[in-house]
Order: sequence, then C-alpha cells, then structure tokens
Amino acid sequence: MARPVQYNLTQKPLEESLAMGEAPEGFTGEGFFATKLSDVVGLARKNSIWPLPFATSCCGIEFMALMGSHYDLARFGSERVSFSPRQCDLLMVMGTIAKKMAPIVKQVYLQMAEPRWVLAMGACASSGGIFDTYSVLQGIDQIIPVDVYVPGCPPRPEAVLDGFMKVQDLVGKEDLRRRNSSRYQELMHSYGIQ
Amino acid sequence: MITNEIIRQKLTEKFGDELTGWEEPYGMLTFTAPKDFNLKILQFLYDSDELKFRFLTDLCAVHYPERTGEELSVVYHIHNLVDNIRIRFKVFTNIEKPDVFSATALYASANWMERETFDFYGVNFIGHPNLKRILNVDDMEYFPMRKEFPLEDQSRLDKDDEMFGR
Repeated sequence: MARPVQYNLTQKPLEESLAMGEAPEGFTGEGFFATKLSDVVGLARKNSIWPLPFATSCCGIEFMALMGSHYDLARFGSERVSFSPRQCDLLMVMGTIAKKMAPIVKQVYLQMAEPRWVLAMGACASSGGIFDTYSVLQGIDQIIPVDVYVPGCPPRPEAVLDGFMKVQDLVGKEDLRRRNSSRYQELMHSYGIQ
Repeated sequence: MITNEIIRQKLTEKFGDELTGWEEPYGMLTFTAPKDFNLKILQFLYDSDELKFRFLTDLCAVHYPERTGEELSVVYHIHNLVDNIRIRFKVFTNIEKPDVFSATALYASANWMERETFDFYGVNFIGHPNLKRILNVDDMEYFPMRKEFPLEDQSRLDKDDEMFGR
C-alpha cells in the first residue's frame, strides 16, 4: 500500500528576527549610520568566510556531514567551499597529518592570501592524537599557526560549528592593523614564514 | 606436482650444507642461508624448470637485538605461480655493516621493497640502483623499526612520561 502523501496544510507564521545579524555599535540618525570601519569590515569578513577543507581522514567525513543540508555550514556564509587556496580565508585541517604531508600543508597555507585563519579539527590535527609515533606530525601548530582547535576524535559536526563560530568571532573582532603588527610578524617568523 | 620434500632435496643437492634451519611452519618451507648466497638461491629457484619460483611476493627485514653478530635478518618470500607453492628463506647480517646483495637485477619488484627495507631497518643493498628512503621523510636520521628506537615521537615535550607509560 502506498504511503499517504502529507502536505504542509497548517500555516506557520514566520518568526521574527529571522536571520538578523547584530549591528555594530554606532550613531544612528535620519538616513545615516556611522560606525567604525573595522567593525564593518569585520562584519563583512566574518559572514563570508570561504573555507578550504584539507581533509585527510575520518574528520573529513564529519566535515561532509557538516557541509550537508542537516548541519549546513552555508548558514554561516560559507556556502562556497573552495579548493583553491588563493581565494580562501580559512584553512580547515581535518585529520592526521603525517610528517611527509607537513610541507604540503605549509605550502597550502603559504598560498593563501592574508588575512587567513586556520582551524585544526580533531585530535590528530591538534596534537597528533593517538598517533604518537615517528611518522606523524604532533599537531599542525608545529608548522603553521592555528587560530582555533576543535577537540574530539572525530568531533561531532556541532563541535565544528562551535569552532567555526569561534573563528567568526575572531574574524569579526580582529584589528585591521593586526597583520602588520610586529607581534604578528614575530609569530610568522617563528614559523619561518616571511 | 612438487612438494616441500622435493624442493628441499633440490636445494640440498645444489647448495649442500650451506642451507640450515629447515622448518615448515603452517606448511610453508622455510630455511636460512648465508647472506652471500641470497642471489644464487633466488637465481637457482628462478631458472629451475621444475621449481619455477618466479614471483617475489615479499622482501622484508627483522631486527633481533639479542642475536649478536646477526642482528638483522632479510626475509624473501617467493611463489611458484604454476603449482601455487610458496617458500621463504632468511639471510642474516650484522648490524654494524648490514650489506646484502640487491635482488633488483632479477626481480624489478625488489626495487621498492628493498628501498622500504632500507628505510626502516637500514639494510644496505649492494647494487641497488636508487637506494634512498621511500616512505619516511627524507631528512629522518634513524631507522625507526630498529628496536633501540622507541615508537613514540621523541620531539614532544607536553606529554608526561609517567602518565603515558613511557
């Protein structure tokens, strides 16, 4: 017997404040709104982060769930997953990085244009995880600077969403001059990046 | 149809008492040979119209730290594809000068397997056309499967040895 088809017969009123972001602090008047440039740039950047998935193992499978309709990373302005590092803002390293893979991760990072952020997903990318062995890199922060670590083995998509929102937070609040600061240069220098 | 007894008899006729340590674990004929004989044995088994061992299934090494003077063993697994019979033989070498003749002239497949064996155990295959690391990073300074090296990555400072059972 065929299953009866169900239709959405009940009308549901649209919720208010649907998909409304928070406006930055500023002065509002008739026909104008004045705020800091950095706030506007931060707002634009944080809601259009283009991720570059660098998936090497099971965390990559969780990432596929994250990009799917159920968890839907596109809600956060990251519909466009790019596989070209030049156009990406966020490098998401997901999975075990072997020592032989380390130069490739670094090269991908170097190919990304500033400003760039890095999210390490899962125990392996964050610390080497259970692979405490001669062939595995003990955390990608040995070769590139990492902004957000997501723990778990593998983390659930919700955890990655949480980490992603942390990245958004960092991106939105970042000072426009941070990348030119001597402290940032020092950090890059400690990784051997000019 | 050839059997383990026939193979053993043929090998003993050819090489006499040089071959020792005859065993048949799980029905697979196994013996030990002096390391200078490895190519002669492989060639004999390959050329013989009766034995026809013409496929090198595997080539690997084992480290026995307690066997002074013959710490490293190189193991050859060869297969007669016609009669579907496999045999295995080992050669032993000391670890200070681990020189073993390369089988690449006879089996092209030995090329990568010998590189892997060199990579992990440091066996120096004489006559290999390109003996360099294949799986590990090029700048690795040791042979990680030798038993004096601990499995764990020694570069980590954040792990408490007591907590992690080191």
